[in-house]
Amino acid sequence: MVRAKAHGSHLFLPLSVLALLIVINLIKGADYFSITVINGALYGNIPNILFGASELVILAIGMTLVTASSRGQDISVGVAGAITSAVFVQVLQNSGDITWLTIAASFLVSCVVGIGIGAFNGSLVSIFRVQPMVATLILFTAGRSIAFMIDGKLSPVLANNLTSQIGGVMPGVPIQTPIILTVVFIVLVAVFLKTTNLKLYSESVGINEKAARLNGIDPAKIKFLTYMILGVCSAVAGFIAVTKAGRHDSVNLLKFVEMDAILAVAIGGNALSGGKFSISGSIIGAYTIEVLNRTFLRLEVGTETIKAFKAVFIIILMVVASPVVREYATKALRRIRSGANSGTMPKTGAPDAAAVSGPEAVAKKEV
Amino acid sequence: MRSENVLEMQGICKAFPGVRALHNVDFALRKGDIHALMGENGAGKSTLIKVMTGVYEKDAGQIAIEGRPIHFRSPQDAQNIGIGTVYQEITLCPNLTVAENMFIGRGRYAFVQWKRMNAKATQLLASLGIPARPTQQLSSCSLAVQQMIAIARAIDMDCKILILDEPTSSLDEDEVKKLFALMRELKSRGVGIIFVTHFLDQVYEISDRITVLRNGELIGEYEVSSLPQFELVSKMMGKALGDVAKIRKHEPPAPVGSAPVFEGTALSSDAGVRPFNFTIQKGEVNGFTGLLGSGRSESVRAIFAADKVTGGEVKINGKKVKIRAPLDAMKQGIGYLPEDRKGDGIIADLSVRDNIILATQVMKGFFRPLSRKQAEEFADEYIKSLNIKTPSTNTPIKSLSGGNQQKVILARWLLTHPEYLILDEPTRGIDVGTKVEIQKLVLKLAEDGVSVTFISSEIEEMLRTCSRLIVMKDRQIVGELSGMNLTQSDVMHAIARGGV
Repeated sequence: MVRAKAHGSHLFLPLSVLALLIVINLIKGADYFSITVINGALYGNIPNILFGASELVILAIGMTLVTASSRGQDISVGVAGAITSAVFVQVLQNSGDITWLTIAASFLVSCVVGIGIGAFNGSLVSIFRVQPMVATLILFTAGRSIAFMIDGKLSPVLANNLTSQIGGVMPGVPIQTPIILTVVFIVLVAVFLKTTNLKLYSESVGINEKAARLNGIDPAKIKFLTYMILGVCSAVAGFIAVTKAGRHDSVNLLKFVEMDAILAVAIGGNALSGGKFSISGSIIGAYTIEVLNRTFLRLEVGTETIKAFKAVFIIILMVVASPVVREYATKALRRIRSGANSGTMPKTGAPDAAAVSGPEAVAKKEV
Repeated sequence: MRSENVLEMQGICKAFPGVRALHNVDFALRKGDIHALMGENGAGKSTLIKVMTGVYEKDAGQIAIEGRPIHFRSPQDAQNIGIGTVYQEITLCPNLTVAENMFIGRGRYAFVQWKRMNAKATQLLASLGIPARPTQQLSSCSLAVQQMIAIARAIDMDCKILILDEPTSSLDEDEVKKLFALMRELKSRGVGIIFVTHFLDQVYEISDRITVLRNGELIGEYEVSSLPQFELVSKMMGKALGDVAKIRKHEPPAPVGSAPVFEGTALSSDAGVRPFNFTIQKGEVNGFTGLLGSGRSESVRAIFAADKVTGGEVKINGKKVKIRAPLDAMKQGIGYLPEDRKGDGIIADLSVRDNIILATQVMKGFFRPLSRKQAEEFADEYIKSLNIKTPSTNTPIKSLSGGNQQKVILARWLLTHPEYLILDEPTRGIDVGTKVEIQKLVLKLAEDGVSVTFISSEIEEMLRTCSRLIVMKDRQIVGELSGMNLTQSDVMHAIARGGV
């Protein structure tokens, strides 16, 4: 959608949108950045945004990788999170005492389930060459029923101190735990990208699968891998979501998050048709969406009507960012510049020119 | 004089970030003329064509069609005014039928009239002698036929100006003749034809006038009859050309008792090549020759396992190995530059740097990325040694000219330090200067002990470089030619006879 021309310019769109939204919020009230301390933890608009966007950020990271390699999107990420978190709750509640150890073990089990879901989607896409959106539509349709069956009853409750600390605040730590978990996750992803060739491989596969294969890359393996990574992202997002909520609601947990995750990838300046990507763009994109949601709340738009306003904002954003408008804008800018030059030239330059050329012209006539 | 000009361009300038593609170029095309546009890689031929077809907007200068100044806002504008273009790379839709490709996007009506369209296509195909059915899927036609369909599409648009950018690079001799007949027919109807090619003989066979560009500047416009070939080449290259003459192939290395670098027995692949045997010695340069579709590309693809290998046995330096996928071949020290640069070679959106290091990086492994510094060093080294013209290592490879893209792919394989390098049409669609450079490079590699298989549709190039030619016909090897004094007619006879 947006091509990076110079280093870092792909972040121009998401950052400028973010800046615009912050300005709007500041106009509404200068207390936007104010932070209060309640029970030793920081609260306020900014912490709320970071807190609220955790799951979306994590999913957007995985979605970026899948988009890059398979030139399509996974629409089952929210549902996958609902399934993995259902598994997490069941394993945890059946393991007797709830300790940090059992929580960690249950989380790992849910991650394995997430990888399994990724492998399912990934094999449909990479081996059977099903369109990603169609392949993931299967789980998108069936997933919440599966989560409900795992639950066994309506909305099992996570009533214990430890998981609420994960979804809220740990004693003595001023920052909410989901924010910390998100940062840790981002760092892990960054380290993984730095120590492997995932970026080069998945971009190559997304841009030219045939050429990638002739250079020794196995495109099917790479696509499969990115889906498994997204599976892990879903499991982590599901884990954070269920600890935040304190109960597992298989109908509403991470509802509609898949579309926001795809949107975050797009706002981040990434082409939804795959190829080159920027994870940092997607992360900023995800936070931007959260800021947008909260801006509407702050502007006292009714909760029932928020979605319509959001849609309008996104349409404007996408049109402004489209190559058509960009090209038009650069042309218009050039015309204005050259117009300004030729407009001012005669005023300052004309008398001089006349003075110089005057005698010459006369001389020529005489000759 | 002036009114005769169907197209006139004056003072055309066009710059891209970091590259000045065209500087103050004039160009005039007369009615009913075939005008060859000549120049090396990156001389600005393609850019000039894209300016006159509305793909690029010029930075400065004027364009006039039949004496009237024109300003194109889009390729559609240029098409409507009667400029038909056939680009170097085929730009049709492979999954549509032949007829759809010929008429797509040109209907005056909201609905497609299938019967009429197919009937019209049948007529046009027959009149041009193109062996294709209108309802056939385009992808089932050979490259050559696809090219001719692209030309048919352009011709049918009632054009005043027809631009052919390297139309003959994938055609065999017979097809070139047909195309020339067609060009002469159009010429007699008063169409002005701009002809871009790297085949000098073809220029002299058919053109009336020649315009030469070099480094984005106009060198001059000449009558064909007043410009000998040798002078044309030196004008294009900007220096006297003794280089080609200096190329001398090596004697085939005497088998020193050691096992051949590569020895394949009864190799076959699912691309439909008949099982064949093939060996190459250390430091040997050999080539596969044959007509288009004779199976020469399929054979080398089988060696590299680019297509699925269905049978055969491979020995590398006498040791039996299994090559099932390209990575296996790479690990055995084999490199492969594919015939289809755009489709199989370049990773278009990635930088020149990433394109250069790709194969080396993949061989190193998923968990061992090269450091940025190391990658930059590798890229810089080969940009310098192969003289690749690029604004930076960070430039996407797609914005380079064809010859420079090809050099990047060459660099990619040289960086892996292969023992055996397969080059399938490395010189297609690139300029004389780069062709000579590549041929020299092949011989230099052989001197250093690298074995090379070199395929080219220009037999002369192969004669200059290869000490052994394997002749193919109908997807099987029909003979072998060797010796230092082979001539073109020896090869042609072998191909025609289907044996030696």
